[in-house]
Amino acid sequence: MLKQVEGSWATAKAIALCRPEVICAYPITPQTHIVEGLAEMAKSGELQKCEFINVESEFAALSVAIGSSGAGARSYTATSSQGLLFMAEAVYNAAGLGLPIVMTLGTRAIGAPINIWNDHSDAMSMRDAGWIQLFAETNQEAVDLHIQAFKLAEQLSCPVMVCVDGFILTHAYERIDVPEQEQVDAFLPPFEPIQVLDPASPVSIGAMVGPDAFSEVRYLAHYKQLQALELIPEISKDFEKQFGRVSGGLVRPYKTEGADTIVIALGSVIGTIKDVVDELREQGVAIGCVDICAFRPFPLQALDAAIRHAKRIVVVEKSLAVGMGGVVASHVRMALRGHPLPVYTVIAGLGGRSIIKPSLHKLFEKAGRDDLEDVSFLDLNWDAINREVARMKETRRSGPHAENILRDVGPTRKVV
Amino acid sequence: MKPQTNEQKIKFYQKGTFTVGNRLIDPDQRLVQATTDRSNAITSGHRACQGCGEALGARYALDAAMVATDKQLVAVNATGCLEVFTTPYPETSWQIPWMHSLFGNAAAVASGVAAAFRVKGRDNVRVIAQGGDGGTTDIGFGCLSGMFERNDDVLYICYDNEAYMNTGVQRSSATPPAARTATTPAMGSAPGNVFGTGKNVPLIAMAHNIPYVATASVADLRDLEHKVQKAMGIRGSRYLHVYVTCPLGFGTPSSDAIKIARLAVECGFYPLYEAEYGVVTHTGTIRKKVPVEDYLRPQARFAHLFKGGKTDVETIARLQAMCDANIKRYNLLRDEGVVA
Repeated sequence: MLKQVEGSWATAKAIALCRPEVICAYPITPQTHIVEGLAEMAKSGELQKCEFINVESEFAALSVAIGSSGAGARSYTATSSQGLLFMAEAVYNAAGLGLPIVMTLGTRAIGAPINIWNDHSDAMSMRDAGWIQLFAETNQEAVDLHIQAFKLAEQLSCPVMVCVDGFILTHAYERIDVPEQEQVDAFLPPFEPIQVLDPASPVSIGAMVGPDAFSEVRYLAHYKQLQALELIPEISKDFEKQFGRVSGGLVRPYKTEGADTIVIALGSVIGTIKDVVDELREQGVAIGCVDICAFRPFPLQALDAAIRHAKRIVVVEKSLAVGMGGVVASHVRMALRGHPLPVYTVIAGLGGRSIIKPSLHKLFEKAGRDDLEDVSFLDLNWDAINREVARMKETRRSGPHAENILRDVGPTRKVV
Repeated sequence: MKPQTNEQKIKFYQKGTFTVGNRLIDPDQRLVQATTDRSNAITSGHRACQGCGEALGARYALDAAMVATDKQLVAVNATGCLEVFTTPYPETSWQIPWMHSLFGNAAAVASGVAAAFRVKGRDNVRVIAQGGDGGTTDIGFGCLSGMFERNDDVLYICYDNEAYMNTGVQRSSATPPAARTATTPAMGSAPGNVFGTGKNVPLIAMAHNIPYVATASVADLRDLEHKVQKAMGIRGSRYLHVYVTCPLGFGTPSSDAIKIARLAVECGFYPLYEAEYGVVTHTGTIRKKVPVEDYLRPQARFAHLFKGGKTDVETIARLQAMCDANIKRYNLLRDEGVVA
């Protein structure tokens, strides 16, 4: 049923419809509204047969989920940014143990400087932890991906992280179709674990593994991701049959037919990019875009097939591999290894900086002329940077960068 | 084997000796570990060192818990010696469902296991979390405190051998003052671990107002079994802190594991007590008080206190003062004189 609701509320509702048995909650902006919504549903009795546990840290949140999932309960938690880093050890552990936990990541920048707004630094930091990572373009897709995520996780016995852009999606109110319980029940069977703690049939989970078997166990984690490359499109198709709309999948091309320039991005920014593509197409520019929905497993073949006919690729990415450039762009180059094309990395939207249409128009125009550097930064204030670099050269104790730059660009700036 | 529920009224010591004996009591009152139908939750063949106090303590604790729970038991383990020496796949010693996740999250994982059984309507299945002193008093402390304050239905057992023995004997917040570890070397003007530091986790557990907190020792295995069984008869968060000897870290002969543990109790260094909802309800007694020097002298980790035949009386006096404070605080000498 279509409702005008907050993205976080709709996500919480979707989680509840999946009948989670254990939910571990710890507050961190911007995922907080999701667990608050679930807390209300658990407390009011709307969410039955569910243990809602307020824990003392993100590390504990995922650890409780590891225990409950190991004991055969459908388990869920959510986090963002510093919270994901604080639970990093457990993130790897949950994947290593093959526990099908579903976690929402309300994507947010990582400090310092501390910043609560959206980018993808947090998600990218855990890209090799062994979790499946799905990125939602819209709040509708956030709802749909969570329902798909439990099915995917439990079928593979592998954890799934649904990445939802913090604030841009989590706090946005829009029309969302929240499914009915019967539909979800028909789509998502009860959880049947492949390993479970049970006195009737004792197993040891998480014992030490030496050099004789460690590589093989790690390979199986990789194998699951390769299986997911086939399973994600299948589950997306099943979902379409059950719910009547397209959500998920590996990659989603948009107006790429005959495109010389193809823009690649993850998450909500693809909406703005599509608008710019539409406007440029009207002007006769041969441009399209591809939304990468599944970042782990990375769909090398599907992406290659979707973009190799282009003349150039522009990757707009919300994270910075410091000292290197772009994470996503490196993956795109790997996908294109058989079809070498210029791949331009554009770092954009860090710490919540708006990615706006006029900037994208300028960017794509330059790209069309192949007038972009390998790595560039959208809307970077070079004056502020140059002044701070100069200050550092002038004096040893130049002070904290963040404060200096804020003084420089902010309302308190002294006009010399 | 019927569960031993109430306080043990019988004294299990023969007059004039320190032998803890089963033979003086009825068969149905004997130790779980003395029975042929014990569970062997940790079965033989594991890789613990000879004389490992942790292996001994865990074996007694878990088999007693198996009796108390009618074998409906799951164990969660922190990283550490117990995890390492019992498991390298495929040779697990665990005959009960067992899970190891990380060093610092055993309490939280156990909370999750308990929640899963509760939500599935199987709360007859009980959960024990266990770790060494490092995994409990240091890196796992946040999760432990969280489990306590939520009053999650878990018994957490800390096997305290007073340092990070698994990584090669480094200082933890349970390492006593003056003890030599690899990170508190016996060097300089104040050799060994510094005074005035450390963390008393049983007292901190009591401050959470949880239903049951107890200290126990491998020096008195009947008392350990009794406390485990008592703890398993209670719902909510429970904590058992067990003193276990480590021949490697203490620098003592394997054959002296129990003797050293007993000296720790008898000198007042390690007080035995129980507390319910933050109030001490029972304390053990010292049967024959010994000076702390008797406890320190056999251990290589305190060898610098006796170097070259010269006794560091000042440091020993400070340690004795700690023991005396325990004796006073927990009234440990009230039965002194029972044994001549």
